[in-house]
Amino acid sequence: MSATLAVPRSGLFRRLLENPGAVAGLVIMVALIILAIAAPVIAPHGPAEQFRESFLTPPFQQSTFPLGTDSLGRDILTRLIYGARLSLLIGAVVVALSLSIGTMLGLAAAFAGGALDVAIMRLMDVLLVFPSLLLAIVVVAILGPGLTNAMLAVAVVLLPGYVRLARAAALGELTREYVVATRSAGAGVLRLMLLVVLPNCAAPLIVQATLGFSAAILDAAALGFLGLGAQPPTPEWGTMLADALQFYQRAWWLLAFPGIAILVTVMAFNLLGDGLRDALDPKLRR
Amino acid sequence: MFRLLTRRLALIVPTFIGVTLLGFLLIHSIPGDPVEVRVGERGISAERLAYFRHELGLDQPLWKQFLDYEGQLLHGDLGRSVVTQESVWTEFKTFFPATFELSVCALAFAILVGLPLGVMAAVRRGSALDYGLIGISVTGASMPIFWWGLMAVLIFSVALGWTPVSGRIDDLFYIEPRTGFLLIDAWFSDEPGAFRSAVRHLILPAIVLGTVPLATIARMTRSAMLEVLGEDYVRTARAKGLAPGRVVVVHALRNALIPVVTVLGLQVGALLGGAILTETVFAWPGVGHWLVESVQRRDYNVLQGGTLLIAVLVMLVNLGVDVLYGVLNPRLRH
Repeated sequence: MSATLAVPRSGLFRRLLENPGAVAGLVIMVALIILAIAAPVIAPHGPAEQFRESFLTPPFQQSTFPLGTDSLGRDILTRLIYGARLSLLIGAVVVALSLSIGTMLGLAAAFAGGALDVAIMRLMDVLLVFPSLLLAIVVVAILGPGLTNAMLAVAVVLLPGYVRLARAAALGELTREYVVATRSAGAGVLRLMLLVVLPNCAAPLIVQATLGFSAAILDAAALGFLGLGAQPPTPEWGTMLADALQFYQRAWWLLAFPGIAILVTVMAFNLLGDGLRDALDPKLRR
Repeated sequence: MFRLLTRRLALIVPTFIGVTLLGFLLIHSIPGDPVEVRVGERGISAERLAYFRHELGLDQPLWKQFLDYEGQLLHGDLGRSVVTQESVWTEFKTFFPATFELSVCALAFAILVGLPLGVMAAVRRGSALDYGLIGISVTGASMPIFWWGLMAVLIFSVALGWTPVSGRIDDLFYIEPRTGFLLIDAWFSDEPGAFRSAVRHLILPAIVLGTVPLATIARMTRSAMLEVLGEDYVRTARAKGLAPGRVVVVHALRNALIPVVTVLGLQVGALLGGAILTETVFAWPGVGHWLVESVQRRDYNVLQGGTLLIAVLVMLVNLGVDVLYGVLNPRLRH
């Protein structure tokens, strides 16, 4: 079945490595994963540890606090490193939720057709009418603020993209001969859906999932900034920025570093996603 | 053209019902009875509770409540704010011009800078300008705009003192809200310096809000132009001896605009979402600020009504984009 994949795997990886942006994204991503896993070893202090003699220490002055401390005397670098854990967790949970549910809904719509198809796609149209952050805010307002609810909210917001992609890709495959052949050989619907059609719809979904990581991290940080996401003292980057609001005019480092962390992480996943799309879709390459 | 319009209008009805149903169900899934929430911890006798529930129609079956709600909406009644007792529509009308003004200026900034940048990058493909633009668009698309807004305040307002930190106009001025659009009202007011003050307050938020659309527009324009510049008719136009500028602007750009207009339409939702963050950063008294406050005050009527109005707005803009698309691309009219 994998022979019908347009791109052999080795060629895909080689093409990805030819794209400098994708390589940069990949390197940053690997670095972040290492940071996240080894946070307790790498980080100089504990994420909630307070140094009462060192409030608002500027960065690059004391070797104990390379990026300075916040208004409660906590080490910024440490909190950023622990924040990488949260951001990757947020990305992974949100993408896992929206990818799996979205793909199932999209495949169901494509296979069932008729009323179910119309119902699912109309519902997605309705979700798409709301600006994504606003929808996330409404969902969090109902479920209550917090990291878990913020992740659920962002997963809901990202759902329509996967449903539409999965449905479109599956509809394209359904009329192909190999599907018709497998069906006439007596394969059940579930087998057809998950083992026959899905692997051949994977390419656009993988790209969307990579880009979904960055959208999830960005939206969750925005919710954290609005006070609706992770709650203090969680070292989530958006929440750290919300904490900084009171002091940022005289302590720029409270603002600068968490924002750079968000920007670089989001950019890494965007670059990787764009690179994957170019590598997976030879038609787009010129 | 007429058929395109009617077909699109017909599609709006089920979406509208879906949007109201979703909003209705979401708000109704909030735990706690609205009456009990309102009386708080004082408690209330069973008869009074039943009376108030009846008063608000909460003892009706859910489908009946939804139909009543739809009926209210059709009469233009979006309910009242629990906090201010003002009607949601009135509040929306006061806050919306500020958001509209900000969004229009942000979009204007994004188009005026993004479109020429995209065209120039495509014409000089592979140049330093091209690579610079790609860098800007990748960064812009990944930008957490609430952070970018705060950094802009820190640099341009706090450190350099070029623009004010927040608000729409200096406290010195009182401008009678005639149109609600402060730039216009200030221009026609007698107060010297009011217009200048309004512009100085607007510049930074507009640039911040316009950054993400700028990145998207520049990127789309570049790729659409690259595609069009390789077409036969562009080669023909060049071969005819037309001035290079004319070929680029009249022959190529006009056709490259079609995908750009679509992306522009999609930006409106993103703009309204971004306005929530930008308005929070700059204490800009617009709809986004109002909605975030409604969440913090647990004013669910405002949240429900305001969200619905924004959704309707996005639907109307999408309709407008589709129609514009038909005008730009005659092949789609049928």
